[in-house]
Amino acid sequence: MDFSFTEEQEILRDTAKRFIQNECGTEFVKQLVDGNREFTDEIWQKMVELGWTSILIPEEYDGLGLSFVDLSVILEEMGKGPLPGPFTSSVVLAGETIRLAENPQKAQHYLSRLGAGEIRGTLAWAEEGDLNMWDNINLSARVQGDAFILDGRKVFVPHADQADFVVCVALCEGETALFVVDIPCPGLKINKIDTLDRTTSLCLLDFGSTLIPRDALLAKGKSAETVLGSVLNRINVAYALDMVGGGQKVLDIGVEYAKTRIQFGQPIGAFQAIKHKAAELLMEIEGARSIVYYAAWAQDQEGTESTVSASAAKVFCTEMYRNVTKEVLQILGGIGFSWEHELHIFLKRAKCLGTLFGDVSFHREKLAVALNY
Amino acid sequence: MDFHYTEEEKAFKEKFDSWLMSNAPEGYLGNMDYEPPEDWEQMAAEYRKFQRSLFDAGYAGINFPKAYGGAEGTVMENIIVSEATGPIYFHTMGGLHVISLGLAAPTILAWGSEEQKQTFLPPTLSGEIIWCQGFSEPNAGSDLANLNTRATRIGNEYVIEGQKVWSSFAHIADWCILVVRTDPNVPKHKGLSYFLVDMKLPGIEVNPIKNIAGDPEFNEIFFEEVRIPEDMRVGQEGDGWKVALTTLGHERYVGEVALASTFLREYEELVELARTVKLNGAPASKDPLIRQRLAQIFVELMVMRYNGYRNMSKLAKGEMPGPEGSIGKLFWSELHQRLTEVAVDLIGPYHQLNDPIYRPYHSTRWIQRFLRAKGNTIEQGTSEIQKNIIGERVLGLPKDAARAKKKS
Repeated sequence: MDFSFTEEQEILRDTAKRFIQNECGTEFVKQLVDGNREFTDEIWQKMVELGWTSILIPEEYDGLGLSFVDLSVILEEMGKGPLPGPFTSSVVLAGETIRLAENPQKAQHYLSRLGAGEIRGTLAWAEEGDLNMWDNINLSARVQGDAFILDGRKVFVPHADQADFVVCVALCEGETALFVVDIPCPGLKINKIDTLDRTTSLCLLDFGSTLIPRDALLAKGKSAETVLGSVLNRINVAYALDMVGGGQKVLDIGVEYAKTRIQFGQPIGAFQAIKHKAAELLMEIEGARSIVYYAAWAQDQEGTESTVSASAAKVFCTEMYRNVTKEVLQILGGIGFSWEHELHIFLKRAKCLGTLFGDVSFHREKLAVALNY
Repeated sequence: MDFHYTEEEKAFKEKFDSWLMSNAPEGYLGNMDYEPPEDWEQMAAEYRKFQRSLFDAGYAGINFPKAYGGAEGTVMENIIVSEATGPIYFHTMGGLHVISLGLAAPTILAWGSEEQKQTFLPPTLSGEIIWCQGFSEPNAGSDLANLNTRATRIGNEYVIEGQKVWSSFAHIADWCILVVRTDPNVPKHKGLSYFLVDMKLPGIEVNPIKNIAGDPEFNEIFFEEVRIPEDMRVGQEGDGWKVALTTLGHERYVGEVALASTFLREYEELVELARTVKLNGAPASKDPLIRQRLAQIFVELMVMRYNGYRNMSKLAKGEMPGPEGSIGKLFWSELHQRLTEVAVDLIGPYHQLNDPIYRPYHSTRWIQRFLRAKGNTIEQGTSEIQKNIIGERVLGLPKDAARAKKKS
């Protein structure tokens, strides 16, 4: 058993750490949240040049063919910005769906360009109505001649406004089906919605009798469900990694403040009310780290552990991130409650990532099913 | 990163597991209905027998040198054996091994003289000697260094006077690891020394104290003019604080891995319980709220297990664990309370049953565990002390003004 990262992975982590510091510092994120800056193609291009978009792309499609653990070190560091933008949705949601579907024609068409960063994609899963997303796929796909017609609505699609294609989970002849829809697409309206967390762009997708070619079908039935299951595991582990990075950054902010802020003649961190709070938060963060590193490793293995560990990581990391942001706000006092301080950016991201692709109750129930209660 | 066993480790595990099948106390392995013994004499006898069989088979003291009766095994072998034996020690022997194997033996190995190692390690690893711990005193709990039991040197002997309290297993222990004050004239941490004391010596009186579960597991120990030879001191005079606190790293981490597997067994029993209890016309395991609570416990147990593996993985590479090493005790002690709370909530009014005859749903076992778990956040350093340690030594937060002044 070995819980450590390789030297290459540590180098990757260092690079990511420096990238976040230089390209995605606190001022940048604050300006972006205030609408004074945007996530640009220039930043995207820098990540592409570092090879990050091709980490999971197989070598036969000009990618690096590396593991989820290799990607995980970057995702954790990104959470410390937090890095806004479409990286995770494109690399994990779109890239992994297409890679795992093993549809040669689609792989050929999308994977090398995804790896080269020429295009970006995302995945449309959630729909309005029942919050248990498994039983709530109503986007319909009807066959008409040489085409499919899509009708319905998707919500909370991450970064669809920055995507060149979207993989849609639909219902086709009573079965789950995955379709790759290139954007723009006549009859498909994509509206970015104004949400709490401005580092994650969430979109509403309206399909109004949208005509897509027959070969847009990526997978159907059992194989579509298997692919979807794996991708949902991976995105939840990816978010959990982001949350661990974010949680660590927020605790660092809180501890730094507790060492320097003087009240009643001593740094507030000397008071046990603050010190014990900080210690509890570290306990949660380190626990989150243990489970999410294991979950990242399990994604590269065969077997049910990938599902169990992914849901466990999502549950624990979500509650950790929410609690860390809440309690560090309390440590910071008035300044933490102000828009000016960056704390609220993390707090809102915790709310967003915690509910995307299944919230804690969803994942606990998923575990209950997997563990046969 | 790799969580697979190697071929050698797999083979070792298979061999050990099959050995255990025929050497574990009868009726425990795989039996969710197992009821633990309640009598300490019986548990001590069970412990001695089991430890002896481990020793004879070469499975005792996996990380101890062969010269002292150990197995000189790898860290992974230690994990494999600890995970398999942890639940047995805790559920069938009242955790009697904790002081002997987790504290006394590693301390003697790290700090003891050659003669002390030769004398004490083999019989400790073979279960012949059971140890208790004389650390806490009426006025020295969290502030352990405030302890007042004195050892005065007279010739080549020390004379011990004073009182210890909360000493687990002292009523059945053969020997005691004891921290006492040898020099009252230096700052409090500096005047302590560490001794090995034969519990049969004249002048030692042990009074059992019942815990809230009604179990006399710990004791007061009174020392009245107890004379011990100088060569029973571990380390130099004045080293007591260091000896007591710095040797526990490895065993603490191994202990936490063993506890994780112990709690996993309790979780399995809990799931079984949820399938048995009826709620709203169906098994409680089908109730949405119960399912959420069980799954949450499972998540936390995974966290505990992988916290432990992170520590062990560092040790295997010859490194000491970082921040993750300090959080274990704080996390597991609270987790164990949550786990047992789910169980007693599940059985509702039956959880009050502490009756030797009428005990549906294993009510006695669960209420005993629930009550015992309340001690987890107190023993071996309270949660508050753990948080001070994490806050100050890991996060680098300042000591509070009053304490900082007193220390210097």
